[in-house]
Order: sequence, then C-alpha cells, then structure tokens
Amino acid sequence: MTETRIDVQVEHKHPQPDEQKHPNTCPSCNSHFRDDELAAALYVCTHCGHHFPMPAWARIEWLADDDSFVEEAADVRSADPLGFFDLRPYTERLAEAELNTGLGEAMVIGHATLDTHPVELAVMDFSFMGGSMGSAVGEKFARACESAVSRETPLIAVSSSGGARMQEGILSLMTLPKTVVAVQDLHDASLPLFVVMAHPTTAGVLASFASLGDVTIAEPGALIAFAGPRVVQQTTREKLPEDFALAEQNLRFGHVDAIVPRPEQRSYLARLLRLFAR
Amino acid sequence: MPGDAELRLRERLGKLSSLPLLRGTRVSGEKERLRKQLEQLEAERNQTEDEIWRSVELARHPDRPYTLDYVERILDDWVELHGDRSRADDGALVTGLGRLDGRTIALIGQQKGRDIKERLDRQYGMAYPEGYAKAMRVMNLADRFGFPLVSLVDTPGAYPGVAAEQHGQGGAIARSQARMVRLSVPSVACVIGEGGSGGAIAIAVSDRVLMQENAIYSVITPEGCAAILWRDAGEAKKAAAAFKPDALHCLELGVVDGIVAEPPGGAQEDHAEAARLLKAALVEALGELEDLPADELKARRRAKFRGLGVFA
Repeated sequence: MTETRIDVQVEHKHPQPDEQKHPNTCPSCNSHFRDDELAAALYVCTHCGHHFPMPAWARIEWLADDDSFVEEAADVRSADPLGFFDLRPYTERLAEAELNTGLGEAMVIGHATLDTHPVELAVMDFSFMGGSMGSAVGEKFARACESAVSRETPLIAVSSSGGARMQEGILSLMTLPKTVVAVQDLHDASLPLFVVMAHPTTAGVLASFASLGDVTIAEPGALIAFAGPRVVQQTTREKLPEDFALAEQNLRFGHVDAIVPRPEQRSYLARLLRLFAR
Repeated sequence: MPGDAELRLRERLGKLSSLPLLRGTRVSGEKERLRKQLEQLEAERNQTEDEIWRSVELARHPDRPYTLDYVERILDDWVELHGDRSRADDGALVTGLGRLDGRTIALIGQQKGRDIKERLDRQYGMAYPEGYAKAMRVMNLADRFGFPLVSLVDTPGAYPGVAAEQHGQGGAIARSQARMVRLSVPSVACVIGEGGSGGAIAIAVSDRVLMQENAIYSVITPEGCAAILWRDAGEAKKAAAAFKPDALHCLELGVVDGIVAEPPGGAQEDHAEAARLLKAALVEALGELEDLPADELKARRRAKFRGLGVFA
C-alpha cells in the first residue's frame, strides 16, 4: 500500500454537468431568467451578454415591422426517403421535434418589411433537430431566394444549424449545392444576401449559403466552423487555441464583416437595407 | 434498417408472446412460423448490409486506383498545375491540364497517396481551403479558355484541422460550389472512391455526376454517423446500411446520373481496365454536353441541383 492519498473526490462524485442546467440559466454567469424576462431581453443575458438561442418566430417578430411578416412554404415538411432507422425511426424524431417546437421544419421563410424596407427572411431554429439541413430546409431556402427574386427584395438569412441532417443520407449533402444554386439566382438578379450567423453555424450550413453572404455578421460567441472543436480534437489531436472557431476568431481571420450583438442587429440590418436600396 | 414487414412481424410476435396460453399448441405453432419468417427477413437485411459494406471496403481499398493513376492512363500531354497563388500548394487536391480523346480538358481531383510518407504529405486526400482555392484557380482558367472540367472525387472529407478552420474551410467549399455553378464550360464529375461530404461536393457541382460501381458518396463517414446516432463508432456497418452510400442507391435517389462499371472484383484488380472504362464514360458524358451553348448548360445545371431533394 503505497497510495495514502485521501480521496477528496467523494464530495464531487456527481458533478452537475452543464447540459443539466435549466435552459433559462445562463451558461456563462449562472443568472436565471423567467421565460418572459428572457424574451423581453431578446434572449440575451442581461448580466453578462451571453446570447441564448433565439426561437425563429421570436426573431421574425422582432426583425419584421409589426404585422408585416407573411409566411411562405409553411407546408413544406421533411419526408423519409431512406426509411431511416437508427435507435429510433426518423419519422418519430420528426414528429417529436414538431410537437416540441411547434415548427414544421428547422427554417421559417416569408416576406416582410424591416424599417419599411421590403425584405425576404429565412430564419433557422436550432431547437428543431439541431437546425439540421434536410431536403425540406434546402427547399425552403431555395424558395426564399426565388421569392426574393420575384419581389426584387434583398434576402436576410439567419443561420443556426449543426449541419446536414444525417437521417436523409446523401440527399442532405445535396442541400449544399441546392442552396448555392439558389444564391446564384439572387446574384443574377443583383439582389443582396445578408447573413446573420447565430450559434452554431457549422458544417453543411457554413459550407453552403451561410458563407455566400454579400455582407455577413455574426452573433457574439457563436461557434462558426466547418469542423467543430470536438471533431478537430478527435481527428488531429491538435491543441486548440482559446477562442477556436468562435465568432471572434472568425472576425480576426477575415471570415465575417462584423460581430453585432443581437439588440443592435435590427438597426444594423436596416442600415444595410438603406445602403443597398435601388 | 428493419423494413415495414419486419416491424409488423415483430409487433405480432410480441403480441403473441404476451398472450396467455389459452389455446396452447396452436399459438406456439403460429409463433414458430412467425419466428421463421422473421429470421428469413433478418438474413435478407444482413445481406444488403453486407453488400453496402463491401462497397465501403472496396471504395477505401489501399490498391484502388487514385486520381493520378487514372490521369496517367487516360490523358495525354498531362501538365500538373501547382499552388493557389496566395498561400500554398495542397497535395491533397491535384489540378492540371491534359488531352482527353483529342480535346484539352482541365482536371481536378483529390489524391490520397500510396505509402505512409505520401499519405502524410497529401493528408490522406483531405484538402485544406488552399486546395479548393487551387481548384477554383483552375476552374477560372478552364472557363477562360473553354476547356471542359473533369473532377475525380476521392476524399474521406475536407481536412478538419485548426489551420484549415482559420483559413476558412467552410467558405472555401461554398465558394468552390458557387464557382462551378457559374462555369460556362461543360463539367463532368466522377466519384472514384470515397465521396466524403462537403469535401467531395466542393468539386462535384457538375453537369454530369457519375459514380464508379464500388464507390461511395455520403454526407458523413459510416464511423462518424455511428458515433453520433448509435453513440458507438463500432456500429459503422449498421450506419452505412441505414444511410446507403453505395452507387445504386445514389442513382435511385437521383444524386448521380450514371454508374461507371469496374473490372470484376473491383477497380483495384485491374487498373488499366478500370481506366479504360472510366475514360469511355467521361468521353461519352462530355460528348453529350459539348454542343450545348453556355446559357443552356448553366440553366440545365441550375435546374438539376435546384430539383434535388425529397420532401412532403
């Protein structure tokens, strides 16, 4: 018996992992908010400025002028082309997501005015299966571009997505070229795409339309990466810099135009709309 | 992946097993029959699982011909072009010019490397943003001089590293696709091994997309998918069977336009024959596109990729 060290771990045997925190508890300063407080603060921590995920509809209601938003392609839903089944059927996961979020898919699109400027909106919601991009999201984004072209308005896209939706296999990869082709329609019509990168903007979404903005802003602290920290660490065992893949690093390396805190985004976007007005 | 029939059988079997045994023998006879049917269905499922896994193994076979093996056998007057003109020359993605059946073409493709040293130099065919920048430089060149663009896709994925992220991997993949959408020249891509996710699609937004018989094309590696959905990378075989990355399924889903035959046993068995078959397929595909005006090419390419996807 050489080991005489007292086990000081006993009291900490069951540490509270971060994931178990209440969704309304700030992960960086532990402040807790009621639902209405969080909504009133645009889902930004009033103590430390941490940006919580913002539901798509809350964002649309905030960005669009009162009663100006008209939803489009609301009936587009995911199908299950592969009959995908992992530990549970994909159809069951979809039904559960719809039930929990009240959304039909991970993206809401429609036209509105913002500060009186007509604009098309395509807003993602991370709470619907991690904002993953399947055929339905690809189709909705493409329709948003087409709607913008037919109305001759700019498109504002808000990305919040973990990447392609694996349950749709190769078809989810095809949402990348599909959305890229759709952005080209905007370019052909000389209409701008403004991208707001929310947390997280990773993998498939970053490797497609989210990287093709004419002006691109990021929310503070958002993870913006093709391969996130865990994948990089596991594959390459490289030491990761402190702010690896965060919005701040992306700004430093020249991948976004600005980091704009959420409460300032509306006036920032309004300014862009004035600058690009024909 | 259990089919509908199997799920139905399982349900019936479950119900029967929980029935109190009122009519003894008849029920157990029924159970026996159902169990046999179920076993048969499971055997069939394992067969397709094995078939799909065979594609995965052949697509990654260490003796499978790589891009430069095909270049050597398919093209005359090959001139390799190096460097992205701003930062580096990425060995994972080779580019160059050559003559295919009498016409000059530009070629881009990932290159995995044969021995350990070459594999390290070429990052196992996983390109950095610099690789895609090099590809875009050659796309520009092809567009200016009217050379058709041939892409040979063979990568586990784009390189997932610190520098790759800092140099803008996601943006590079997006812009490479966007550049292909705007090409005024015909383009043909063929997946010759692993068509791994964003790293593959970056050079495969082409007028014709082909796939070799034993190649795979997927949104994630079977191991990656298994690690996320099954929480166990060891379930890769199940994952592959679930997301179906083989050529037949990709053709069925409309993701590829045609399948290129391989020599019996796979391309690794006979490089010369594999190259002959690939060359014939490329020449045929380019022949179909050659006479189309640029606007028509672009319009058809847009419609092709706009139309992908299955939704309700």
